[in-house]
Amino acid sequence: MIPDLGKYTVTILGSWGATLALLAALIVLTLIRGAQVKRALEAQEKRMKKNG
Amino acid sequence: MSIWEYANPVKFMQTSGWLLPWVFGATVLTLVPGLVWGFFFTPLAEEFGATVKVIYVHVPAATLAINIWVMMLVTSLIWLIRRHHVSALAAKAAAPIGMVMTLIALITGALWGQPMWGTWWEWDPRLTSFLILFLFYLGYMALWEAIENPDTAADLTGVLCLVGSVFAVLSRYAAIFWNQGLHQGSTLSLDSEEHISDVYWQPLVLSIVGFGLLFVTLLLLRTRTEIRSRRLKALEQRERMA
Amino acid sequence: MIALLTRDLRLAIRAGGGFGLGLAFFLIVVTLVPFGVGPQGDILARIASGILWLGALLACLLSLDRIFALDYEDGSLDLLATAPIPLEAVVTVKALAHWITTGLPLVLAAPLFAVLLHLPGPAYLWLEVSLLLGTPALSVLGTFGAALTVGLKRGGLLLSLLVLPLYVPTLIFGAELVRRGAEGMAIEVPLTMLAGITAATIALVPFASAAAIRVNLR
Repeated sequence: MIPDLGKYTVTILGSWGATLALLAALIVLTLIRGAQVKRALEAQEKRMKKNG
Repeated sequence: MSIWEYANPVKFMQTSGWLLPWVFGATVLTLVPGLVWGFFFTPLAEEFGATVKVIYVHVPAATLAINIWVMMLVTSLIWLIRRHHVSALAAKAAAPIGMVMTLIALITGALWGQPMWGTWWEWDPRLTSFLILFLFYLGYMALWEAIENPDTAADLTGVLCLVGSVFAVLSRYAAIFWNQGLHQGSTLSLDSEEHISDVYWQPLVLSIVGFGLLFVTLLLLRTRTEIRSRRLKALEQRERMA
Repeated sequence: MIALLTRDLRLAIRAGGGFGLGLAFFLIVVTLVPFGVGPQGDILARIASGILWLGALLACLLSLDRIFALDYEDGSLDLLATAPIPLEAVVTVKALAHWITTGLPLVLAAPLFAVLLHLPGPAYLWLEVSLLLGTPALSVLGTFGAALTVGLKRGGLLLSLLVLPLYVPTLIFGAELVRRGAEGMAIEVPLTMLAGITAATIALVPFASAAAIRVNLR
């Protein structure tokens, strides 16, 4: 499946791997923080509505 | 400052919420084919062998690393002049993305430099400038974290971004003067005589567009999060006051 | 403004360490380097210009957080902000006071320390010139960092992170000037660039520092 990269396999797979890993980490962290904040905000709004 | 100034953010939330799926779709439609094309279906370059495939992640990340800083400069200016809260929050949301892009450019560059130049790291002007850019991103983010009052933080980071931009450019030219480089010339040019041959150029452009759209998607997501977090803080404060 | 300058200078001297501490730090850096790289004279001679510049830069950094912190705490910064002289001028005077208490002693002491590092003969002149031209920019940029972090409880480390990248151009041209002077090469380009950066910094950065202080006093 992976094309023949010759002696540069480590270089190429390494840099692609590092890139994809960093991007994945960024995306996951963005989504997690987004979900957390959204949940907290909804809880807060609900509480304030209840208490007037 | 009251949370009722948030008329504008409400509009932003609506628009961005509507826009987000489309931008996300476009990201997937460009990034995936661009990267797959670059990885599987490009020939080996005479000079660089298979390592040419690294440019499909290295060049887009590096391009974005610089352009994100420019975008932060513009949004900081808009905040300092027009005082749109969303603008300041967008700059804040963009910084970590820019930092990661700079890091990717540095890491892939080091991995590529090892077999090609025979060294992981060379104090070449471009590499040095990117390292300095990375430091600027770190400082900018640290200043945001350190200041509690959000408006003060936005103002101060905005000023830092302006001054930092001037000195980032200065450092770039100082570094060129300081050490002549190993780094390749520009791979990107609209002039087809100048840029690399089309077999590499076309998937590269697709990858760059994909990375750019990925940045827009993440930026929208993060800015929405920042707006929500600001509203949450304002609500908590109002509750405490009541 | 002159009153402000003399007041700042007197405070720095009374508090002690204004003159001495930076110099002592500079001396320690210069002493420690040979322990790190070995005592061979030829190696030291080659890196002397860089070490001296780095030492000066770090010594300068050491006292930055005090530029505004004390005035901010006892409220005199508010008075200065409402005083009839513009805040930009206050910032410039503060930078000048900082330079006189840390930059100038460093410039004067650098040749002595250069002896310890076997700096080649022709470089002494250029070491003096480069430090004299470069250190004012370090002080002015320092006021910008200090102005950004003045409201923070523990801004010291953050201050270094913010200010050090701004020092890069000055450091490059300053150290390059000494290096070229030592090797007898043409020095016009780094000399003019260093002078230009310092002049532009002194002219423009006080506006940014004053803006940051206004935000922090709001």
